[in-house]
Amino acid sequence: MALTTQRVDVPVIVDESKCLEKCNACIEVCPLDVLVKNPETGKAYMKYDECWFCLPCEKECPTNAITVQIPFLLR
Amino acid sequence: MTNTQQLKTDVLVVGGGTAGTMAAIKAKQANPEAEVLILEKANIRRSGAIAMGMDGVNTAVIPGNSTPEQYVREITIANDGILNQKAVYQTGKLGYEVIQELDSWGVKFQKDTYGNYDLKQVHRVGKYVLPMPEGKDLKKILTRQVKRHKAKVTNRVMATRVMVKDGRAIGAVGFDVRNGDFVVIQAKAVILCTGACGRLGLPESGYLYGTYENPTNAGDGYSMAYHAGAELTNIECFQINPLIKDYNGPACAYVASPFGAYTANAEGHRFVSCDYWSGQMMLEIWKELNSGKGPIQLKMTHLDEDTISEIESILWSNERPSRERFHESRGENYRTHGVEMHISEIGLCSGHSASGVWVNEKGETTVPGLYAAGDMASVPHNYMIGAFVFGRLAGTNAVEYVRDIEHLEPDADWLAAEKARIYKPMQNPNGIPHTQVEYKLRRIVNNYLQPPKNTYKMDIALNKFINYHDTLDLMGARDPHELMRCMEVYFIRDCAEMAARASLYRKESRWGLYHYRIDYPEKNNEEWFCHVNLKKEDDQMTLFKRPVDPYIVDVNLEKEVYDVKVASK
Repeated sequence: MALTTQRVDVPVIVDESKCLEKCNACIEVCPLDVLVKNPETGKAYMKYDECWFCLPCEKECPTNAITVQIPFLLR
Repeated sequence: MTNTQQLKTDVLVVGGGTAGTMAAIKAKQANPEAEVLILEKANIRRSGAIAMGMDGVNTAVIPGNSTPEQYVREITIANDGILNQKAVYQTGKLGYEVIQELDSWGVKFQKDTYGNYDLKQVHRVGKYVLPMPEGKDLKKILTRQVKRHKAKVTNRVMATRVMVKDGRAIGAVGFDVRNGDFVVIQAKAVILCTGACGRLGLPESGYLYGTYENPTNAGDGYSMAYHAGAELTNIECFQINPLIKDYNGPACAYVASPFGAYTANAEGHRFVSCDYWSGQMMLEIWKELNSGKGPIQLKMTHLDEDTISEIESILWSNERPSRERFHESRGENYRTHGVEMHISEIGLCSGHSASGVWVNEKGETTVPGLYAAGDMASVPHNYMIGAFVFGRLAGTNAVEYVRDIEHLEPDADWLAAEKARIYKPMQNPNGIPHTQVEYKLRRIVNNYLQPPKNTYKMDIALNKFINYHDTLDLMGARDPHELMRCMEVYFIRDCAEMAARASLYRKESRWGLYHYRIDYPEKNNEEWFCHVNLKKEDDQMTLFKRPVDPYIVDVNLEKEVYDVKVASK
């Protein structure tokens, strides 16, 4: 197959200045398992656009680094 | 090379949501010596339908307010007579104990000034709705109890098949969705608690995961039970819900209607007499939307400020708390705007309708050693309390069953074949992405299976679903996470085929919009007062009629017809 990569607006926004390198709280609670750490920066980001906008990541973040938007298609 | 993890347990619970956590707790309470393992593809702290809590109990049978017999009557009428009353009776009988136990664990239910449970009427007849304005931490509380009872938990492992040998369930296989390990779990009994098939139809927004159900609930258990040889039932009785347009979550009438909110057409007039979700109510909504009097709305603008604030505080902290920012981003407010409602895409879910794996009043499927509970187990209109009750029954009965059972070694050839099936997309990293394969499949579901149903459309659907095996072969995955989504598309395809075949088989209309056939528009009790069951036989999906068991609570269905229509003004 021939493939291409498309840009998408993702719902989960991480404030990198607040995200703690040693913390995995958001990654552990996400039901869809869409959050991972950037190995270079140690900060969390949304790797897969598969969000239920259910909010555990935002609620369980100890530093309030996460904002969940309603996915663009629904907004 | 893929690593293989081998695990062994007495009782294996697949899925750690509402039913699964309760099944594990009850199995350990019944026999603390037994080994109980919960397998969860997410993390049990926030997984399943109640990941962010629940704002109320919909089917609470509390002494002094209602009786199990009254509850069975109401569900019998709402489900047009097709049910196993003995199973539904369990939810009525054991629900109160479940609520009391949850209460003792710290789950907060609404009480009046005398300390009694504060029940509300939402059903046509009877008070069964018990608000939980502070129900947001339900899942955390259940997780704590799972740990206290020393049930083991393996998170982030997805089951793909139940292992069967000598006609009984002997464990499950799957893979770690993070490191990709192949996982084989031997068990003496397996309890499937994997929730609804919430990713069957495609939401109108086009966003694959913008579903009513937690999108991890992709019909895993329906498919696994089917391949294990178990019977499924009432699959043609789809789940279709009245949801907030685009947001695809509940508005939620169960919370707001006891405060005086109601469903109305664009002119502000009522057209249904009762906001309890039923196929009959959905048919009235479908008719209203097609009459030119749509869109429809949940109307709250007539309520006073204190009432609206209270409704907001419940809706914005429980179940789907992002409702608040959805309304906000559109500049809408309950004080000034009705909440625009719409008909959801189809799904399979016995928690709301009746489609699921056949279980008896003990939570047993038709395969020895295989149990099912929660949204995927067919006990009509079972909701959250029914999931707890059947989790409890399945856990208690499974742990009793394993007493005299030994582990059986799985068949090596079968394991090798299943391993090859699972990892195939990984061999093809440049294959078609799961997102596109899933989108097309679910668009076909919308185009040809969304009611009203007709034979021509469903024949096309069935043919497309059968041929979709070839499309699944083209799918590619680049990591274990993508592989998880690929394997879910296999489950969705199986559910789509079941939905088409069961809908074609029942040649009448029943359950309002859930099974409304244009070519057979009337209910036909003479030929179709029965369950439509299906199972895998000689590798073929076989359908057959299963008689409705004699009632234990008398209901005269000729006289008592579920009718929620309001005469037009």
